[in-house]
Amino acid sequence: MTDALNPARSPEPKPVSRSLTRLMRRPELGALTGTILVFLAFGITAGSSGLFSAAGIANFLQVSAQLGILAAAVALLMIGGEFDLSLGSMIGFASVTIGLCVTQFGLSIPVTVVITFVVAMVVGALNGFLVVRTRLPSFIVTLAGLFILRGLTLAVTRTITGRTQIPYITEGHEGSFVVWLFGGKFGGPVFAWLASHGWIAARPDGSPMVQGLSMSILWWMVVTAFATWLLIKTRFGNWVFAVGGDDRAARNVGVPVDRVKILLFIGTALSATLFAVIQVLESGSADTLRGTQKEFQAIIAAVIGGCLLTGGYGSAIGAMFGALIFGTVEMGIFYTGIDTDWFQVFLGSMLLIAVLVNNYVRRKATEAR
Amino acid sequence: MAEPLIELRNVTRRFGSVTAIRDMSFAAHAGEVHCLLGDNGAGKSTLIKTLSGVHTPSEGQMYVDGRPVTFTSPRQALDAGIATVFQDLSMIPLMSITRNFFLGREPLKGAWITRRIDMRRADVIVYEELGKIGINVRDPQQAVGTLSGGERQCVAIARAVYHGARVLILDEPTSALGVHQASIVLRYVAQARQRGLAVIFITHNIHHAYPIGDVFTMLNRGCSLGTFRKGEITEKEVLDMMAGGREIRELQQELERFGKSGSEVEAVS
Repeated sequence: MTDALNPARSPEPKPVSRSLTRLMRRPELGALTGTILVFLAFGITAGSSGLFSAAGIANFLQVSAQLGILAAAVALLMIGGEFDLSLGSMIGFASVTIGLCVTQFGLSIPVTVVITFVVAMVVGALNGFLVVRTRLPSFIVTLAGLFILRGLTLAVTRTITGRTQIPYITEGHEGSFVVWLFGGKFGGPVFAWLASHGWIAARPDGSPMVQGLSMSILWWMVVTAFATWLLIKTRFGNWVFAVGGDDRAARNVGVPVDRVKILLFIGTALSATLFAVIQVLESGSADTLRGTQKEFQAIIAAVIGGCLLTGGYGSAIGAMFGALIFGTVEMGIFYTGIDTDWFQVFLGSMLLIAVLVNNYVRRKATEAR
Repeated sequence: MAEPLIELRNVTRRFGSVTAIRDMSFAAHAGEVHCLLGDNGAGKSTLIKTLSGVHTPSEGQMYVDGRPVTFTSPRQALDAGIATVFQDLSMIPLMSITRNFFLGREPLKGAWITRRIDMRRADVIVYEELGKIGINVRDPQQAVGTLSGGERQCVAIARAVYHGARVLILDEPTSALGVHQASIVLRYVAQARQRGLAVIFITHNIHHAYPIGDVFTMLNRGCSLGTFRKGEITEKEVLDMMAGGREIRELQQELERFGKSGSEVEAVS
C-alpha cells in the first residue's frame, strides 16, 4: 500500500523494462537457457560426430517428440496439482488394445484408433474420478493404476495370443492415410531438394538418406501449441492454474475443481494413447512393455520445463524444451560415444538443478516488491 | 423496515454430534454494516459458510430477498449476489492480479474454438478498479503474492464488488493487518455501504467493528446473544457481551494490581 496515502499515481513504467520483468518471470526461461547450453555443449564436443547431420537431427527430434507429447499433457496435469504415474502403463495398454483389435478382432485401423482413444478417455476419467472422490494423493491412486494397467495388459495379451508381443499390425495397410498420419514421415520433398543440392547426405541414386521427419514431431508441435493456448488463453487454463495453486480458494470462487482435474487426467491418458498409436503404427508391432518408465521421464521433462511439484505454476512450452533437452542429451551421448550409462547420471542431476532453480524462481515471482 | 437482503431463520447446523450453530436468526439489510462478533469457536465461521453456500443448514431456512433458498455450492450463492471474502482471501499467490480478479468469471471473446479470455480488457478493468480505491499496481499481470496484506484484502473486496455482490461477507478482514492498513480496509467497507451493499463484517476486534458497524450481533458457543442497533448499545456493553469481555476486564484489573504493587516496590527501594 505504498501509494495509498498519495493520490497522485506514479506514471506507467517504461514498456521495455516491463516486458523484461515479464520475461524474467516466465517459467520456461530456465528450460530455454538449459536447451541453449546443451546445444552449445554438444556443438563443441559432438560437432563432427553426426549428431547435427540430417539423420542425427531427425533422430533426436523424434526421441524428443515422443516424450514431448507426454510432457505437454503431464505439464498441464502438474500445474493442476496432480501426478499421473499410470501414464507409462497406459501406453502399453493402448498399444495392445490396437494390436488385439486389428489382429484378433479383425477391425480396421481407423476404427481401432478411435476405439483406443475412447478407451483412454475412460481410463483417464476413472483415474481422475478416483482421485477427486477419495481425496487421496494422485501419486498413490495412479501408482495403483501403474500396476493394474500393466498387469492387465500382460495378462490379457498372454491369455489371448499366448505371447507378449503382437507383430504384423500394419501389414497390408502401409499406404493408408491413418498409418501415415500417425506413423509416417513428412517433409520428404524438402529433404529431396536438399539432397539434390548436395547439402545433406544422399544415396548413390540421388535420393536423400533421410526420407523425412517422423510425424510424431508434427504431433509434438500441435500438442504443445494446443496445450499452451489452452493454458494461457482460455478460461479452462485459468482454472488449471487456480486448481493447482489452491483448490480450496478456487472452489470458493466457483471454479469446478473436480471437473478440471478429471479433464486433466483424461488429457494425460489421451497423450499416452497418442504416443502408443504413433509407436505402433511406426513400427507395425505392439509390445506389452511399451512405455515403461515414461511416466517419470515425462515428469522430469515437465519439471525441467519449469513446472512446480506443488502445482500452480509451469508451462507447456517449457515442457517442450524439457523434452528437447532430454532427447538431445540421450542421442548426443550416444553419438559422442560416451558410455550411455552416464545418461541417467546426467538426468538425475538435471532434475535436481531444475527443482532448485524452479524454487528460486517461484520465490522471486511472489516476492513483495 | 425494508425487506432484508439475506436472512436466516432458526438455523441449526450440526457436524455429526457437534452442534456448531443452534437456532440462529439473523438478517442483513442493504446499505448497512452488520457486525458479527464473537470469540473463537462461537460459530462465526460456520455461520459464514452457511450464508455463502459452503454448508447447508441442518434445520431452519435461509431467505434471499424474502424468498426461501437452499444453496448447494458457493457458485449458487455467488450467482445470487452473495460474495464472501474469506480470511485466506481465496486468492492464488502465484497467479497474476488480473487472473485472480476474474477467476471463475473470466471475460471471454471469440466464438467456439477460438473462445478465449479477453486479457487486455481484463487488465484495463483491474487497473481502473484498483485505481478507484487507491491501489496503484505497476502491472496487473504481476503475481498477487507480490502485494501487501492490506492490498490483497482490498483487491479481494474490489473483486467481489465488481462482480455484482449485493451482500458482502467479510471474514476477519482487518485482523491480520496493522493500524494503517486496517483503516484503509475500513474506509473501503464504508464506501461499499455507501453504494448500497449489505456488508456482513465478522470480527473479534470491537475497536474495528464499532466505528463502522450499524448493527451488532453477538455470538457465543453457537448461539446468538441478540442483535442491537448502534444507538441501543455502547462499545463497552458490546465488549462485555462478547465472550472474553469479562476475562479482559479481569485481566485489566489484575494488571492494574500488578502495576500498583510494582510501583510500591519501587517506592520502597
